[in-house]
Amino acid sequence: MKRSVSSKIKRSKGTLIFDILNTILMLFICFVCIYPIWYVIVNSFNDANDALMGGIYWWPRQFSLQNYKTVFSDNSVLQAFKITIAKTLIGTTVNVLFTAMVAYPLSKKYLIGRKFYMAIGTITMFFSGGLIPTFLLFKGLGLLNNFWVYVIPAAFNFFNLLIMINFFREIPDALEESAKIDGANDFTIFRKVILPLSKPVLATIALFAGVGQWNDYFGGLMYITDNRSLEPIQTYLYRLVAQVQSSQMASSISASNISAKDSTSTAIKLAAMVITTLPICCVYPFLQKYFIKGMMIGAVKE
Amino acid sequence: MTEKSVQEKRKKSVTMRRLMNQKYLQLMVIPGIIWMLIFNYIPMGGIIIAFKKFKITKSIAEAPWVGLKYFEEFFQDSNFSNIMVNTLGISLLKLIIGFPLPIIFALLINEIRNLKFKKITQTISYLPHFLSWVVLGGILTTWLNSTGVINVLFQALHITSGPVSYLGDPKYFWGVALVSDSWKELGWSAIIYLAAISSVDQQLYEAATVDGATKIQKIFKITLPSIKGTIAIMLILQVSGLLNANFDQIMILKNQINISRSQVIDTYVYQVGMSLGKYSYATAVSLFKSVIALFLLLIANFSSKRLLGRSLY
Repeated sequence: MKRSVSSKIKRSKGTLIFDILNTILMLFICFVCIYPIWYVIVNSFNDANDALMGGIYWWPRQFSLQNYKTVFSDNSVLQAFKITIAKTLIGTTVNVLFTAMVAYPLSKKYLIGRKFYMAIGTITMFFSGGLIPTFLLFKGLGLLNNFWVYVIPAAFNFFNLLIMINFFREIPDALEESAKIDGANDFTIFRKVILPLSKPVLATIALFAGVGQWNDYFGGLMYITDNRSLEPIQTYLYRLVAQVQSSQMASSISASNISAKDSTSTAIKLAAMVITTLPICCVYPFLQKYFIKGMMIGAVKE
Repeated sequence: MTEKSVQEKRKKSVTMRRLMNQKYLQLMVIPGIIWMLIFNYIPMGGIIIAFKKFKITKSIAEAPWVGLKYFEEFFQDSNFSNIMVNTLGISLLKLIIGFPLPIIFALLINEIRNLKFKKITQTISYLPHFLSWVVLGGILTTWLNSTGVINVLFQALHITSGPVSYLGDPKYFWGVALVSDSWKELGWSAIIYLAAISSVDQQLYEAATVDGATKIQKIFKITLPSIKGTIAIMLILQVSGLLNANFDQIMILKNQINISRSQVIDTYVYQVGMSLGKYSYATAVSLFKSVIALFLLLIANFSSKRLLGRSLY
């Protein structure tokens, strides 16, 4: 009896130490995850020339809104933002609705040809033509230097399709049967019954597709070859980052070599980084419960 | 008419009737199939240029066959061994060190008893996943230069004695790639494991507590065995992607100075294909990669099926 009490106390002491260490570790991880954003925000509100000297970690040293003024008065940056917003809105909507439309019939076990359709899709998950053949295809289709290169090749996604199929299967058949008795055809049922009931999965896929569209720089780099006005902001930023990096390397990283051009490009870079990142930071916590469910359905497929 | 052909005819008409009944469903599925045929299968057919001397000014059909010339060229390329070592090295590092981290993180998060703190920690840990590599690249290039945050911190803690340019020295590249990738995806990758952990039967833990099991024992005897299926699936996916050393990340962090440790197959394909216009050669390199990746997938899937009874298909 005595022994068991003492072992219990001993154990809870160990547990206490574990809990404290665990909490400290978690706080550290939280800090490490949030701090990069904080760092960019603080530096973006600091005078650009002053910021190049470094050493701004917690709070702006010389508070200034000049960086944001520079960004919002730069036409090419604004144009890049417009393209990003347009491609995210249009690309995401098309992807979600198109993928859902294809997923709905495939969620029906009695669909003729279902196995064949699924086989065609599954292969695409593990084997692809690669960069150059894809580029040549887009060229052949006239998608180079064309806004639709962001939308049409991204209109469908087989992995998202699997997530949706699993979700649609959970919807009770009785709902569709009663709609059928009322004379609705499958397409009407999909539009009026299935889509409204599928908001959680649509939100998940919209988040995946939306973040993909918003963060994509490669499409702009690869397929926009001679029309800079179609470049999204991430491609614009990529050029700035690559350019700053190479100029830093070239000038052997001495603070004295800072030119006016560097400070303007850094100013634009920082402010544009904040503006491109904040919308996502604001959206994802609210969609959390959806995408956790979505990831589970998608990956833990039995 | 024989009995058999009558039966067959009837079967056919039943199928036809079923097909008519589901004509709207078929109409909905077909655009998706056509999309895949165009955007997935035509490029697969385009791989043929790896075996041809293709010029952008002429069609693929007109290009003369050259057999395995471009593959041989790649194997004899002076960059070949470097590229293979980097691709495999970075990926293996991510596999051996990066793969267990989210599992450990999920186990630790699961031990937090304060639900609010637990939820906040989770939400915050997902944040870096939503930042683009371009934005992170912008941050990292500033942080990792010789006057950046990392140098200030490491020198203050006496980890390094003088300033180090982490992106300006090839020997640090693999480390930078590993740490920055783990940092970005730690929380996000843990979601799957957390979901699996939360579905473990709580009675098992209660019974173990009654038996006097310690926390560590519970983790190794209950939690890990219960989620081994999920771990296996994630491992198969990781192994099959062994040659994908995260294109976006490396594209952004590589530069002229660290290229001897940062060039991987994917970035090389982009460089020789798009910057130098060697389409056939680049396609051959990327086909070489795809074939090995496919083999890896099959091997991983087969071993998992044998050892754990779990597989992708």
